[in-house]
Amino acid sequence: MLRLPKFRLEEPTTVEGATALMAEHGEDAMVVAGGTDLWPNMKHGLFEPKVVVSLKRVEAMRGITVDEDGSLRIGATTTLAEMAQSAPVQASAPALAQAASLVAGPQLRTMGTAGGNVMLDTRCQWYNQTHFWRKSLGYCLKKDGTVCHVVAGGRKCVAAASNDTAPTLMSLGATLAFASADGIREVPVGELWKADGIWNKKAERSEILTEIRVPKQAAGHRGAYGKLRDRGSIDYPLFGCAVRMDLGEDGAVAGADLVCVALVARPLRIKRVEELLVGKTPGTEAFDSAVQEVADLAYAQAKPMDNIPGDAEYRRELVPVYVRRTLQAAARGEGPVHHV
Amino acid sequence: MRVLTLDVNGDRLETAAPDHWTLLEVLRYKLGLTGSKQGCDKGDCGACTVLVDGKPVLACLTLAAEAVGSKVTTIEGLRPAHLEGGGTGVDPVQDAFDRCGALQCGFCQPGMMLTARALLNENPNPDRTEIQKALSGNLCRCTGYTQILEAVETAIAESTESEPPRPAWTQDHPHVREDAL
Ligand SMILES: Cc1cc2nc3c(=O)[nH]c(=O)nc-3n(C[C@H](O)[C@H](O)[C@H](O)COP(=O)(O)OP(=O)(O)OC[C@H]3O[C@@H](n4cnc5c(N)ncnc54)[C@H](O)[C@@H]3O)c2cc1C
Ligand code: SF4
Ligand code: FES
Ligand code: FES
Repeated sequence: MLRLPKFRLEEPTTVEGATALMAEHGEDAMVVAGGTDLWPNMKHGLFEPKVVVSLKRVEAMRGITVDEDGSLRIGATTTLAEMAQSAPVQASAPALAQAASLVAGPQLRTMGTAGGNVMLDTRCQWYNQTHFWRKSLGYCLKKDGTVCHVVAGGRKCVAAASNDTAPTLMSLGATLAFASADGIREVPVGELWKADGIWNKKAERSEILTEIRVPKQAAGHRGAYGKLRDRGSIDYPLFGCAVRMDLGEDGAVAGADLVCVALVARPLRIKRVEELLVGKTPGTEAFDSAVQEVADLAYAQAKPMDNIPGDAEYRRELVPVYVRRTLQAAARGEGPVHHV
Repeated sequence: MRVLTLDVNGDRLETAAPDHWTLLEVLRYKLGLTGSKQGCDKGDCGACTVLVDGKPVLACLTLAAEAVGSKVTTIEGLRPAHLEGGGTGVDPVQDAFDRCGALQCGFCQPGMMLTARALLNENPNPDRTEIQKALSGNLCRCTGYTQILEAVETAIAESTESEPPRPAWTQDHPHVREDAL
């Protein structure tokens, strides 16, 4: 049996109420939305906030709306299940709906939220363990210790960004709205991350993500998400890749992007993908060989480490396989790429 | 300590618990409803599944305070709800699990049956893939799942008056005597 440590629960009903509580309690407070990441982590002794501010009763933060210009506004406490099943998300941001549909298992998608997925703590097999287990090992840099068990002699934590929706949001050029006692600020999701596994976000811990905005995509937008994991029913990604592929009127690729996750502390955009794919028409040999080149690029740039479970060599060999299949799925307007 | 008024299985129950107690802990250790099982206690197994406003969620990752204002259904509430709806005996899902031998140790069963019940309330005639998907967050370490899927299909067949599935153990086994089937 795993107990939560003691804390005081606050249940504000407005965003202002929540930001005021976060300002009042400073470092002693943490926010919780679905709790599917925070509660297990607290049960493992990884966080010990004195006050937890729940966003569940803030009605204004939940729901999906489509703006006049066709962009999507996804309230941060919209559940993953709602996002996966939403017709507008499926239609205008298919990769995002696919990624949300592959997070964890059904109950967890009913509980877990869009915002909580963006703000998910990084993961590592030496860290996401009980206190007893970590103590026996002598702890690590990310919590209570002084060494890293992944990189010998490493001074920087390389725990992996493991949130399935993050790479899809990056490929879609989404923007995040954060609220604090100082007001609202907007951050392009691609600029949120930093390469530090202890806290991989350029945001204060007291800031509250209120909304995710996905701009309207190009007319010929295609997107897909590919996910490697152990048990297809419930596990975190061993590797994930999000593809955006915009087809022009002539049917050839006009724009493309590839962002991967479950590698290092931040989601990783693969470089030079667009220049290889632009001008190639799906279904042609030229397209297939460009896809192979992109898969080779991903193999060279994405180097899985022994931070999350799953043999790093095995995961690396599957990087080009998943990239290739996900690109082809996107070109066909299909996906997700997943083994069940 | 916080006073909690919870709606559990249609009963208004008053209790008190510290803020950091989960719904699972309050159900089991304050309200004596031990049908919901404490398995992994961290979201992996689904043994603690209860229905909150009709949807399967994990009671080990829900604070009791967060359930205030919602309708909670535990395995103890399945039969009373069935009787209240004019049925007899137990919920057809429970009955089918029993007759199909869909359990061994039984630890996963409360969560499994509640998830199946929620699925059938939403979609009275799901196919096997839909059943598998819906049950994919409920792990069973004993049965191998086959009889569980057959139990759900049996409950569906009986409610839709269609042909029940032929149990897997009777199929493709030439060594099983015909008269044993
Ligand atoms: C068994 C299991 C399997 C899982 N598998 C996956 C998986 O495959 N892929 C995956 O991506 N995730 C997985 N998860 C993690 C989790 O279910 C999801 O990532 C979910 O989206 C987290 O959302 P939440 O609302 O529950 O987050 P919470 O637990 O409420 O919060 C997560 C973190 O974000 C912060 N936070 C939450 N909301 C906000 C906000 N609005 N503003 C600022 N900070 C905020 C919290 O303080 C906390 O640090 C899994 C979890 C479990 C238990
Ligand atoms: S990478 Fe893993 S072992 Fe290394 S410091 Fe980070 S959490 Fe600890
Ligand atoms: S006890 Fe809740 S999921 Fe295992
Ligand atoms: S019957 Fe034992 S876990 Fe399912």
